[in-house]
Amino acid sequence: MPLLKNGKIAQDEWTFAEDGAGLVDGPTIVSPARFMSEHEALLASNRPVGVRLTNADEPDQLAPWLDRLSLIELAFPKYTDGRAFSQAQLLRRRYGFKGEVRATGQILRDQLRLMIRSGFDAIVFDDADAEAVYEISSRELSEFYQPAADTSASIFLKRHGKA
Amino acid sequence: MYRYDEFDETLVRERAKQFRGQVERRLKGELKEEHFKPLRLQNGVYLQLHAYMLRVAIPYGQLNAKQLRVLATIADTYDKGYGHFTTRQNIQYNWIKLADMPEVLDRLADVEMHAIQTSGNCIRNVTSDHLAGANLDEIEDPRPWCEIIRQWSTFHPEFSSLPRKFKIAVTAAETDRAAVRIHDIGLHMKRNAEGKIGFQFIVGGGLGRTPYIGVTVREWIAKEDLLSYLEANMRVYNRHGRRDNKYKARIKILVNELGLEEYTRQVEEEFAAQNSWEKIILPQEEIDRIGAYFAPPKFEALSATSAAFDAFKAGGREQARWAKNNLRPHRVPGYISVHIALKPQGVAPGDATSDQMRVMADIGEQYALDDIRVAHEQDIVYPHVKLDDVPAVYAALKAAALHASNAGMGSDIIACPGLDYCNLANARSISVANEVQAVFADKEFEDEVGTLHVNVSGCINACGHHHVGHIGILGVDKKGEEFYQILFGGRADEKAMIGTIQGPGLRHEEVAPAIRRVIGKYLEMRAARTEKFIDTMTRVGQAPFKDALYASA
Repeated sequence: MPLLKNGKIAQDEWTFAEDGAGLVDGPTIVSPARFMSEHEALLASNRPVGVRLTNADEPDQLAPWLDRLSLIELAFPKYTDGRAFSQAQLLRRRYGFKGEVRATGQILRDQLRLMIRSGFDAIVFDDADAEAVYEISSRELSEFYQPAADTSASIFLKRHGKA
Repeated sequence: MYRYDEFDETLVRERAKQFRGQVERRLKGELKEEHFKPLRLQNGVYLQLHAYMLRVAIPYGQLNAKQLRVLATIADTYDKGYGHFTTRQNIQYNWIKLADMPEVLDRLADVEMHAIQTSGNCIRNVTSDHLAGANLDEIEDPRPWCEIIRQWSTFHPEFSSLPRKFKIAVTAAETDRAAVRIHDIGLHMKRNAEGKIGFQFIVGGGLGRTPYIGVTVREWIAKEDLLSYLEANMRVYNRHGRRDNKYKARIKILVNELGLEEYTRQVEEEFAAQNSWEKIILPQEEIDRIGAYFAPPKFEALSATSAAFDAFKAGGREQARWAKNNLRPHRVPGYISVHIALKPQGVAPGDATSDQMRVMADIGEQYALDDIRVAHEQDIVYPHVKLDDVPAVYAALKAAALHASNAGMGSDIIACPGLDYCNLANARSISVANEVQAVFADKEFEDEVGTLHVNVSGCINACGHHHVGHIGILGVDKKGEEFYQILFGGRADEKAMIGTIQGPGLRHEEVAPAIRRVIGKYLEMRAARTEKFIDTMTRVGQAPFKDALYASA
């Protein structure tokens, strides 16, 4: 399935290592449980490390290591389940996470803009024309009332030249 | 009223265009109904029993004449010549073709209207007191805050796929006409000990299968913190609200499963953790800018009494009755608020024909400072009418058969569309409402009974708010036959209560006679003519009324 990184198709360099399975070379994603028990070895191994959170996981458990993590993967198990929007906002705004925040699961083109605003910069998006669709969907609305995790200023501020 | 600036205008136009694209993809088959569903729902489009239904937002129930005329034109051009005003101050059309929806949205956008977030699992249209800016007892106009919440919640990226729908209501009057205690979040504007105006923050009210009266999470939150505090509540709900069962997914279930104390702790923790990037900064200039749109209109300096109005009241029983039941006091001398009860006998409550809409628009423009409101009782209200103009307003309403004099009375029934229109319903609502209305056909009898709220829902989803009717009627299906459960003692005001189911359901034809017996019991038991039905019931308890309900005729 195509991976869009900032809207462009990108090679997925990452491998998910199941709990208990051996580690392969290169960028590696693990579960939060594995990360919590093996973080010293993982972070010392010089490979980029990522964590796959489920919707029930608290992002704040990763807070002490976020500046050394390269990726957090969040899931949309159903396109109507919006918990990962909150997790992404927390990672970006509360904890200032600078690495990749990746969305996987059921994703509709019409939700891409919401994901971008919530702080996702990588989206696994199943569409034959993924780049073009992303380009259109991300530009359908040009103004935003509320601040979010992207750089767009709120209309509340723009109206008064405060953005 | 609020007027769009370039930002509001751009967004509504872009949204209409976006939805046009979604409809085209659906009609071409590129989008499956399963995927189209959450998209159309966020724009007020339901697939109903007979056709698609479109729900158009009327933010906090306020319209001008130009907008109401467009609503009439839409009813004529794309529907069957009528619309249905809802208990959430919106309007619904039941017969619009999907292919026509984009054009309808363009027409709405021409008059600063839309259908954004009128359905779906997102923050819905904000509702408020239909007498805002006119009534005697509000401490401030709540509408600027409704508009601020409307804007903040529009296309909110984090809260667009909530566990379930989310309804917010705001009032600023002691008498709660907006039923804020039966909303997911109810905001009751209050002064704190220092005299500063803020919000009592009430969470977890709601009707449906599991009715709850909302609980107070904060006695008072400052205006500058309102949006950030709302975000804290929404985030706790979005993250922890149940998603395993749609009937347990509303915030009221989360609040009750966690308990008020733990829910409050989580919200306060989230609120306290917000950093400066996360706080929503609402510049004072912006509060002032939005507030200015709701500045009081230029009222004339008038005498508190009007000879024309006095003559009108003395001019016959029918109009005296209308004046007694359909008018509400106004804060400015010489003015009054006028209710049009959209519940005359024989039609669905809340329905208005396009001709009636045009008449209501004309009257609003000519006599009511172009300010027209939809009340949650499914009435249309003119908040600002000169006493001197009441005779002319009445004459114009009468000419359009809009002069029903039953506002707030037994026949002024709130009812959902029921089995006739809705694919969730188990039973008919409109026909049973009509039969109960017939109990009050004798207007002298109805006046004798006085204030009485009867609410009818055709299923447990409770769109007719049967839990908060003084008398609630709930249609259920038992082995293919319609039965109606009766509830007593509900109310939606500042003393909000959930009504109590009395016992086994009644057959359709048994409902009206049973209600008649209950009314008879009230007339027999009331302490004085001035003691309302609900007050007598509160004083003596429900048992005698239950006996009357089930006594065979």
